[in-house]
Amino acid sequence: MDGSVRKVETVWEEDTAIVEGVDISGPWNRMFGQRVIWDYTPELIDEIASLPGAESFAWCYQCGKCVPVCPVDVVGDYGPRKLYRKAQTGLNLLDSPDLWLCTTCMNCLRVCPKQVDMVQIMPAAREQALLSGRPLPAELQEALENTARYGNPLGQPPRKREAWVKNAGVPVPILHQIQRPVEWLWWVECYPSYHPRGIDASIALARVFHALGLDFGILGREEKCAGDSQRLAGEHGLFEMLAEENIRTLSKYEFQHIVVTDPHALNAFRKQYPKYGGQYDVWHYTTLLAHELPRLRPLLTRQLPYRLTFHDPCYLGRHNGEYDAPRQLIEALPGVEFTEMPRCRQNSYCCGGGGGGMWLDSFAAGHQRRRLSEERVLEAVATGADTLVICCPYEVSRFEDAVKSTGQEGQLRVRDIAELLAEAMGLIGEEPAQA
Amino acid sequence: MTLAVVLKQVPDVVEELAIDPSGTDLDRDSVAYVVNEYDEHALEEALLLREVTGEDVVVIGVDTTGELDQALYTALAKGAQRAVKLVGDFESAWLSTRALAGLLAPVLQELSPRLVLTGVQAPDDLDGQLAPTLAALLDWPHTGVVIGTELVDGAVRARKELWGGLTLELELATPAVLGIQAARATPRYVPVGRVRQAMREATIEEVEVDVPAESAPGVARLRVPEAASQAEMLTGRPGEVAERILEILRARGLC
Repeated sequence: MDGSVRKVETVWEEDTAIVEGVDISGPWNRMFGQRVIWDYTPELIDEIASLPGAESFAWCYQCGKCVPVCPVDVVGDYGPRKLYRKAQTGLNLLDSPDLWLCTTCMNCLRVCPKQVDMVQIMPAAREQALLSGRPLPAELQEALENTARYGNPLGQPPRKREAWVKNAGVPVPILHQIQRPVEWLWWVECYPSYHPRGIDASIALARVFHALGLDFGILGREEKCAGDSQRLAGEHGLFEMLAEENIRTLSKYEFQHIVVTDPHALNAFRKQYPKYGGQYDVWHYTTLLAHELPRLRPLLTRQLPYRLTFHDPCYLGRHNGEYDAPRQLIEALPGVEFTEMPRCRQNSYCCGGGGGGMWLDSFAAGHQRRRLSEERVLEAVATGADTLVICCPYEVSRFEDAVKSTGQEGQLRVRDIAELLAEAMGLIGEEPAQA
Repeated sequence: MTLAVVLKQVPDVVEELAIDPSGTDLDRDSVAYVVNEYDEHALEEALLLREVTGEDVVVIGVDTTGELDQALYTALAKGAQRAVKLVGDFESAWLSTRALAGLLAPVLQELSPRLVLTGVQAPDDLDGQLAPTLAALLDWPHTGVVIGTELVDGAVRARKELWGGLTLELELATPAVLGIQAARATPRYVPVGRVRQAMREATIEEVEVDVPAESAPGVARLRVPEAASQAEMLTGRPGEVAERILEILRARGLC
């Protein structure tokens, strides 16, 4: 903000204006009367914009393009433009519930002519709130404390991280046991290691990898949360600690590529870990499997009589540009019908779990007409689909809960792409692997 | 003046505990430690008092695990001013609460704080003996099960939980020792960056102590609890369930 600009209480304009001899004054209107041309202060905007990474907060010129594409505004009263306007009128973002509602889905940045980047602004503002000792929502505090203590936000024992392997039904090599190089290091992540429905998808994916003869291994108990959502929730120090530990662990083993289950881990490895010296060739599992389609397709022998629709994960699609691989896999499934949801690909609707939203569910629900996951499930049902296909581990629990809370039980199933592929390959049945 | 907070680490039960081949101790190599939950509340209560009165908060602990630094640095990052660690040859020694209090009392005496706060109990001190034993050794007043404090001239007002929702407010002359059940607020979050900053910049003061020779009862044998599945889930309308509960209690002669 230009320091020479000051609030002017009253402005009187000339009654007549003559330019090059031509009188251009129109009939009298209120513009000629007394008016306040500044009724706000720039201090709170400067406070946010002065945080490293949050500079673009001050660039907003209030066009409002971000509001209709904001998934949070669809179910509540929010939107990046409104944050700027509220700051103008004296409401401090750092003390507002708004601080915790953004899921960093990036749809606003996609349309913003000024490139106001909430994906950087929000973590910076949240970090400032934490460092200044402001209280944070209790459920988020618990997830952060769990991550710091146990390396996963669920508060599960670190040693149990590899326990799902026992039920995989196929060999899942764990690197600290096999002590040999692998081609693919599979970064399983937290929910696929601990959450019951996440484990179902991990078992399905392990069987698909095994059937393809991939040379893969996992870190098991040595793996810790990649930490991207904690970073976006404002815990940069925790993220740094996790990144340093994970990079140290990865340096012990030989592998050629990393394949991740979780798009949030993909984002961390691609965009953040290189800053800490971790340079890897990282693939999302849908990208890897789409790449393997020539070998995979002949194995897809079972007809699946399902009507599918697909949810693009924000951190796979908008954040990392992968829209096609999941669709190629869906189209390869024999017997299925596939319908897109109205909000898909670049304009996909957010499930609400990103940017720390996974651990702010009750808090956010208190500020919204319905959850983002509920809004999305209703959109999926409206397509006539009986199965909502997902490929991000946050989504299975969020959408299954939303199916129940919106009264759609029996109408819509939520299944990971890996589960559908494994079923088409005859590696699992119609029911979840652990059922 | 200072507020002293006694912190203790206890085994984290999130990870399954294993018994050492000796059969008399936990397998300490596989144990992860956390700060006793009630001690976290004692620290929070001290920090809340500090916000009003500006007292320095000193955290103090006996490093029986070799891992106490992490807990002390976290306390410093949360807002404590000093950290004191009692070190000695505790390898494979099991310290009773009484022995622990014996090591802490002289150090606390020298600190001459306005208050000593510690957790009302701990997994290895289920009787909650630490605070009263410290008070007895220091000859200072004590109360336990405290759920809120306020410092006034020459005294501390402590709210104490009784039974049936009753609370009791006491005024104790200071210095006093309090066993904290719960702080007035949830123990605060401290960003990891702040803890790491404390690890780089802060100093932990060390006091050498001798392991006390004591005649405490030794552990003869540790056992893992045996799993039993005798739970009966009662279903039906509330009235029916209540009837069934009464039947069960009567059948066992409990009412």
